[in-house]
Amino acid sequence: MGSSSSSRNKIPNAQELMRQTGFSSAHLLRLHDRFESLDRDNRGYLSPDDFEALGGLAMNPIGGRIIEAFFSSGIPWTFPPLSGFWLISVQLTETETKKEHSKSSPAAGPGSSNLYDLDRDGKISREELLQVLRAMLGLQVTEEQLQSIAERAIQEADLDKDDAISFDEFKKSLEKMDIDTKMSVSFLK
Amino acid sequence: LSATTCAGSGCLPVFLEGSVFTVAVASSDQHSPITAHSGSHKATDHGSHNNTGKAFPVLDLNYENVRVPFEISLWVLLASLMKLGFHLVPHLSNIVPESCLLIVVGLLVGGIIRGTGETVPPVLDSKLFFYILLPPIILDAGYFLPIRPFMENLGTILIFAVVGTLWNAFFVGGLLYGVCQIGTESSSILSRIGLLQCLLFGSIISAVDPVAVLAVFEEIHINELLHILVFGESLLNDAVTVVLYHLFEEFSGIGSVTLLKGFLGVISFFVVALGGVLVGVLYGILAAFTSRFTSHTRVIEPLFVFLYSYMAYLSAEIFHLSGIMALIACGAVMRPYVEANISHKSHTTIKYFLKMWSSVSETLIFIFLGVATVAGPHDWNWTFVTVTVILCLVARVIGVVGLTFIINKFRIVKLTTKDQFIIAYGGLRGAIAFSLGFLLNKEHFPEREIFLTAIITVIFFTVFVQGMTIKPLVELLAVKKKQEAKRSINEEIHTQFLDHLLTGIEDICGHYGHHHWKDKLNRFNKKYVKKCLIAGERSKEPQLIAFYHKMEMKQAIQLVESGGGIKMPSAVPSTVSMQNIQPRPSTKPAPERAIPQLSKNKEEEIRKILRTNLQRTRQRLRSYNRHTLVADPYEDGLSDLFLKKQKMFQIEKKLKEMNTYLTVPAPPPDSPTMCRARLASDPQAYSIKPASNKVPMIQVDLASPQSPDSVNLLDEFGQANQQEEEEQGLMMKPPSRPREAKKPSEEDEAKDQQRLMRCLSDPGPSADEDEDGAFLP
Repeated sequence: MGSSSSSRNKIPNAQELMRQTGFSSAHLLRLHDRFESLDRDNRGYLSPDDFEALGGLAMNPIGGRIIEAFFSSGIPWTFPPLSGFWLISVQLTETETKKEHSKSSPAAGPGSSNLYDLDRDGKISREELLQVLRAMLGLQVTEEQLQSIAERAIQEADLDKDDAISFDEFKKSLEKMDIDTKMSVSFLK
Repeated sequence: LSATTCAGSGCLPVFLEGSVFTVAVASSDQHSPITAHSGSHKATDHGSHNNTGKAFPVLDLNYENVRVPFEISLWVLLASLMKLGFHLVPHLSNIVPESCLLIVVGLLVGGIIRGTGETVPPVLDSKLFFYILLPPIILDAGYFLPIRPFMENLGTILIFAVVGTLWNAFFVGGLLYGVCQIGTESSSILSRIGLLQCLLFGSIISAVDPVAVLAVFEEIHINELLHILVFGESLLNDAVTVVLYHLFEEFSGIGSVTLLKGFLGVISFFVVALGGVLVGVLYGILAAFTSRFTSHTRVIEPLFVFLYSYMAYLSAEIFHLSGIMALIACGAVMRPYVEANISHKSHTTIKYFLKMWSSVSETLIFIFLGVATVAGPHDWNWTFVTVTVILCLVARVIGVVGLTFIINKFRIVKLTTKDQFIIAYGGLRGAIAFSLGFLLNKEHFPEREIFLTAIITVIFFTVFVQGMTIKPLVELLAVKKKQEAKRSINEEIHTQFLDHLLTGIEDICGHYGHHHWKDKLNRFNKKYVKKCLIAGERSKEPQLIAFYHKMEMKQAIQLVESGGGIKMPSAVPSTVSMQNIQPRPSTKPAPERAIPQLSKNKEEEIRKILRTNLQRTRQRLRSYNRHTLVADPYEDGLSDLFLKKQKMFQIEKKLKEMNTYLTVPAPPPDSPTMCRARLASDPQAYSIKPASNKVPMIQVDLASPQSPDSVNLLDEFGQANQQEEEEQGLMMKPPSRPREAKKPSEEDEAKDQQRLMRCLSDPGPSADEDEDGAFLP
């Protein structure tokens, strides 16, 4: 008990955070350790280059987007927001449907940014889709194939024929997929 | 019909590819030696009727020769006809699951055989069951195993399979022993059943049976999660069953249990399970590797799949490893690579052969179960049987509830009470338990008959009672049903995207979880494994592209099958007589089919083509008008038709290019994708049918005078023209005319046709060449 209380002292507002996010103190401690290891210059908050140093993210085709999504909201990433973010990080792409959730944790992460929708117009246009595909599929496919896939994807989802996928259409096309169960990351105890 | 089939009396089943398997009689005690009568049916009783002026037998009867294959075929035929019959009777298959009906049929057949005084053949011989009837079902399950949900829930499945089965076995066995000792008098037969025998019995009866689960769950269409949980459990508990079975059999033979042996038992579990998987993976890789080179012998591709899988099963059985796990591992491992290598037809062949075999096997198993019930031998003991049934149920429920409680702490998506109920209720026992019991040695197990009776009762109970009531229960509890999963490309894209996203998040959190390892595995797969096992260019093809190709293929086939839409002329020589053009099939195209709309891009392109061509031809035609075309009041119409012909040519060319967008990736033409995409070398077959009216439908059916299609052209053209405001110069015809006259009288068409024929059948040579030259881009 001694160690945990001292560790709780390390984290400011530990109780508050625990209440807000629902994490246990062990969880919180673990996240805090991670935070400290990420924050290499000990600035107290995270910046993009901290993330870029992560090898895994570098290899990840959408790593850049994730980083961007993190920092586009303008929230300084000290620990409390980060823990809050981790709680709702799974809701990144369904922000509109989960507005309730993001409201409940005010230290929310990139609330309205969208990993697909880079220009934030609320729709995923063909260009944006192409970019995503390009990122994921890399150099292995020709431009033609990418085009045709993107076209097909839009064809399937685009119900109002505006040549872009709005959030509702997006949701609808994925409703079969049972996204809630898939978009979850489990943390070890 | 002599009743002793070969199955029971020491024959060696030899598995042969093909629909009918022959069984070699090892110990033939037939009265007449079966010499090679190759077709001639001479009378076989030698000696007695030698040269006594016996007439040459024109028609002779020799049943003995064909008896074995004949009877086997009869059984299979019976099974198939039954299956057919069930679906013909309305409503029957909704109420009663097929497995119940089949068991009843088996009972009837057994009863009939017994009624006629013959001894009922012991058809469900264990060798027959384990080496012939079971593998197709398991292979079918393993090959088409949905890998993603299986892997995602692997932890849960394993816990249910291993811990759950162990719990069941010990609970049932132990309590049964207790009941036997306490509940009955010491002289009764029950009290003589030792603890080990009881435990053995418990281990036999506790295993959830994949055949029964498949048969019942297939009809109730529950959601994927529950299906994969129960089904996965039934597959993986084979390892536990095998180990327990051999362990207790060994122990009750020897009679002494030591701690060392117990420890060895635990180790042997891991050996059995992992060894089985390893054997399966090895054979799977071999199969994948072999399929890389089959591009010249496409016909026997399915054979490799079946053979390697069966070899995996048998090899595992040699070492007493878990054959079922080997088979599953083999099928699951080889599938992605084999499918990338083999032709489309082979893929279809494999799919249908597997489904056919597994279906027949399943039917036969249930029928034989019924027959075996009639055959006996039975020893009905009320106490034993009822206690067994009750204990099985109770053990299952407690096991599932208890395990779920533990499992839910680790799961993200918790299992609700409803789920637990379905999982517990879905724990059906089936023919595997019976066959294992049948295998018991009578000397070591004098109580074998009691066991068998109890096993059969439990099987009947679970299959009939639970099988019949699970469907209404599912409805009652409003359990989530299976979604009609037509995976769209959006889902695929987003699934992959999500994978990357979650991997990224895990990286940030520093948590090496599920996604991290999956990502690593994928990278390894892409970098090394695919290069070895997939032939040619396909090895570099990312999954998304492969998926996309599959979808395009499916749609292309759908288009062809629906028979509607445009049939482009394959090669339009310019001297075209209209006879070249294929008549549109007489069936009206069903506009409601799920045919993709042409995307805006393509619509644009088509319109562009039309526009440019029309302009050009229009100009040309003006100069040729007087010479080549007969002047007639329908001049406009004719020139339209003319233009259309040319435009068709253009479009066909353009579409050929566009075909490349749709189905042909950049890589060289030998990859199976391309061959598949060529659709039996019939370029006509790739029709593009726009579902909307926006795109002009190019139906060229001018050859048949009666067809109304020629006018449709005008219609569509008119419509297309209307939409193109830019086309000021294109007053090819008064737009009003086609719009109103959707289907003018036949007479008009006929006239059009004749005129066209006339004009085109007598073109000046120069005109022809010029036409040709003019309209080639």
